[in-house]
Amino acid sequence: MWSLSSITDIVQTWLGSTFNPTIALLLQFVMAGLLVITLFAVLGLVLVFMERKVSAYMQVRIGPNRVGPRGYLQTAADTLKLLMKEGLVPAGADKFLFNLAPYVVMISAMLLMAPIAFAKDFQMWDLNIGVLYVSSVSSIAVIGILMAGWSSNNKYSLLGAMRSGAQIVSYELSAGLSIISIVILVGSLKISDIIASQQDGWWIFKGHIPAIIAFVIFLIAVTAETNRAPFDLAEAESELTAGFHTEYSGMRFALFFLAEYANIFIVCAIGATLFLGGWMPFHIGNLQAFNHIMDYIPSSIWFFGKTFFLIFVIMWFRWTFPRLRIDQLLNLEWKYLLPISMFNVLLVTIMAIMKWHF
Amino acid sequence: MFEEVATTEQGDLVINVGPQHPSTHGVLHLIITLRGETIMKIEPHLGYIHRSIEKMCEGLTYRQFVYVTSKMDYLSSHINNHGCVLCVEKGLQLEVTPRAQVIRVLMDELTRIASHCLWWGALGMDVGALTPFFHAFREREMINVIMEETCGTRLTMNYMVPGGVMADLHSNFQKRVKQFIKDFKPKLIEYDDLLTNNSIFIERMKGVGILSKDDAVSYGCTGPTARGSGVSCDIRKWYPYEIYDKLNFEEVLETEGDSYSRYMVRVREFRQSLSILEQLIDNIPEGDFQTKTKAVLKLPKGEFYSKVETARGEFGVYIVAEGATNPYRIKFRSPGFSNLSALDHIARGQKIADMIAIMGSLDFVIPDIDR
Repeated sequence: MWSLSSITDIVQTWLGSTFNPTIALLLQFVMAGLLVITLFAVLGLVLVFMERKVSAYMQVRIGPNRVGPRGYLQTAADTLKLLMKEGLVPAGADKFLFNLAPYVVMISAMLLMAPIAFAKDFQMWDLNIGVLYVSSVSSIAVIGILMAGWSSNNKYSLLGAMRSGAQIVSYELSAGLSIISIVILVGSLKISDIIASQQDGWWIFKGHIPAIIAFVIFLIAVTAETNRAPFDLAEAESELTAGFHTEYSGMRFALFFLAEYANIFIVCAIGATLFLGGWMPFHIGNLQAFNHIMDYIPSSIWFFGKTFFLIFVIMWFRWTFPRLRIDQLLNLEWKYLLPISMFNVLLVTIMAIMKWHF
Repeated sequence: MFEEVATTEQGDLVINVGPQHPSTHGVLHLIITLRGETIMKIEPHLGYIHRSIEKMCEGLTYRQFVYVTSKMDYLSSHINNHGCVLCVEKGLQLEVTPRAQVIRVLMDELTRIASHCLWWGALGMDVGALTPFFHAFREREMINVIMEETCGTRLTMNYMVPGGVMADLHSNFQKRVKQFIKDFKPKLIEYDDLLTNNSIFIERMKGVGILSKDDAVSYGCTGPTARGSGVSCDIRKWYPYEIYDKLNFEEVLETEGDSYSRYMVRVREFRQSLSILEQLIDNIPEGDFQTKTKAVLKLPKGEFYSKVETARGEFGVYIVAEGATNPYRIKFRSPGFSNLSALDHIARGQKIADMIAIMGSLDFVIPDIDR
């Protein structure tokens, strides 16, 4: 029931029976691409609205409630405004890099959509190095940010981009190490294998304390990697006005904005896949009756529920904590998170060899 | 005007913070020399909001000039007005009725709480936490409502007149202030949870921007800025005016001199101001709210000085009178100006992010610096 895989099956059989194989494959590519772009737009609208509402309720106010029913169309109206605005290129800017930068950030976020399993058997590309692909492609975004900061010909942008470079490169280490600890437990980099291994319980429960440590480190590291408060030093509104995108306006700015939210979605989806079982329902060992009841909830709802829970946690961080200073940020990574996650990987390895996990 | 410099001879980066910048809280222009992210030099440039208030005051009568000062430190306009009327009363040797004295002190302390509320929220924004701002404004709004009922305005109250206050208290005043005291106390605990005890916040503020006791004195710092460095300088204690000498409150002192102690001074002052309100709200004496004065005030020939403790420090009013209906010369001593002069000294060698936190902890109101 409700399974998205039946829809994909219908589409595939229809394409296969109507066109010759090459054109059918081509059409599939086009459809997948269109779906990603649509998903992007929808995610942007939903997440921006969610952020505004979450922040409003944390800040004793109501949030957007004027455009459309209960304010649902607010972000659509904002997007329209940004589309109509003039995109200014400052004098003295490197025009080519300045125009290219938002697309680099955007494309890296789009590429990351490929290996994510949105529901049971609903995945664009189940490549055998899935997790490695995610961690490598996600680091392309920093090139876009550095490009934006350098080409703007603005000192604030430059400072923001340099901070961002230092920050993303450092935090990728602990994010990578916490991903590795799950990969060690599963024994595969493939996303579908990782999800299948959580049939009898999610890794956060099965992996004892090391998995929980890895999960916490993962959450901190991805918050830093997506440049979200309390690690939003690249933007640092109160210090650098808007950091690397100070000079951007109109749709180019919107692309940065959209990419930020898409990145949040992706890292939360990866977190949900690795630690909370992806689309896998909540199963407890061999309790057949309980597991069957849980199976009645569609897999897509499980996936989006977990992902949005993690997104909410990240938003919660943003609206509660003050920002760290750049040296404190790097100290946190190199002096605390990295040694802890290295030791944690060791623990996980021992656990995996001795088969202590469930 | 200023020469456009991108880098110095040593290769340091020169950036302009302001006049339009989210955390200068106004049109302050700082030219900052940076080596990497470390501050080598800060050069404040003033004049963007200079309205020559002192000169303007010289053309106005002793009744009128009081209200121009509301636009200087607009967050404690009440206390500015208070300083001015005290100086005029000194010149006229006017006795103020007990009721007016109590009303003035009540209003001063409410203003102090409102001003500290805004500072607290804005400091949160400076260090990157956006939520405290809204929480602080919720409480500030309650004070604004009280002010609006009695004084008629919310920000520039213009309630003080030489000889008392302009109108009697609104009938809701006592009820609302009591309600505010009751509501505000639990909110202070909430404030502590949000910022004071937040480990990131402590990390950002402790040991940053240290102003030693000697420096605080030599730069002429006053108010919470100096008290954070252990300089006892509360005008309400040292040179009590109105009924402050009869009240039971303590001067808040911290000794570290860093941003966190300046923060703590203000947060602890919330409680002191609340206690003053509590002592007075049930003991407002009956009587006139204004002494009878002549329609046209004329100060005798001479020089008069009075000072009050605003939310930011010592506010002094110096009047030279020639016996006419308007002052011959007026000079205001504003707390923000002296506190700003210490910025370059305490922010050197710190990171640019710390500079913003230090500025927040010094609590600048730019129209006060730049009259």
